[in-house]
Amino acid sequence: MIGLQHYLVVSAALFSLGILGLLTRRNAVHVLMSIELILNAANVNLVAFSRFAAGNLDGQVFGVFVIVVAASEVAVGLAIVLTLYRLRRTPNLDEADILKG
Amino acid sequence: MNAEAVVFWVFAIVTVGSAAVVVLSRQLIYSAFALLFTFFGVAGLYVLLGADFLAATQLLVYVGGILVLLLFGVMLTHKIYDLDLKAETTQVVPGLIVAVGLFVILSATAVRTQWMGLVRPPAPTTREIGRLFLGQYLLPFEAASVLLLVALMGAAMIVRRRRDA
Repeated sequence: MIGLQHYLVVSAALFSLGILGLLTRRNAVHVLMSIELILNAANVNLVAFSRFAAGNLDGQVFGVFVIVVAASEVAVGLAIVLTLYRLRRTPNLDEADILKG
Repeated sequence: MNAEAVVFWVFAIVTVGSAAVVVLSRQLIYSAFALLFTFFGVAGLYVLLGADFLAATQLLVYVGGILVLLLFGVMLTHKIYDLDLKAETTQVVPGLIVAVGLFVILSATAVRTQWMGLVRPPAPTTREIGRLFLGQYLLPFEAASVLLLVALMGAAMIVRRRRDA
């Protein structure tokens, strides 16, 4: 029988992989992809709790809000990455140190 | 093992496996295409959880919008003959320690806790979600639409070429 725990473990795996990508990759687009993985993991959690523990649809409503925030986040993030690439000719985050004093 | 379990394991393996490819692949374009399968797998998990509206939204917004945007990001920040992707990974060992530790802690908590509550029987959700958006969650709904507008204008403002610069 597939229960709440199964979904939570899958979501934990997705989240950990996202954290791993966030910490180890230095390409800005790659970091954005890892953030998408983390947001998806959070969403799986919300929907699983909505199905198995809450008994209502509040979790799914929050899931829709998470998708909205993810869409705006990736649009603005990509705009920043493109501007950075135009300035520095590199997508590497370690070279984005213009604001460093 | 019944049919639901088989479908769950297929979707779980597709999701986690392609997410691993996203994170570990050396070529950025492979990561982008593996992300497609991750999004499809998560949409399948939503269907198994009885969230039909959210599964459709996941396919429309993530696969149709966010993934295309990320592919544009890959193409606009790399030359097509740019084969030496140097300095792609740093801090591999600390990152691995943090990620594995996090996974162990989270999944141990999830498995060992006695979760209680009502199980909602599968039912169509679209009408109910619409009611919640225009009733109980009206203010967050309006705030989300303003957020989308602000993000749209902000992204356009950031990438436009300034004439005086």
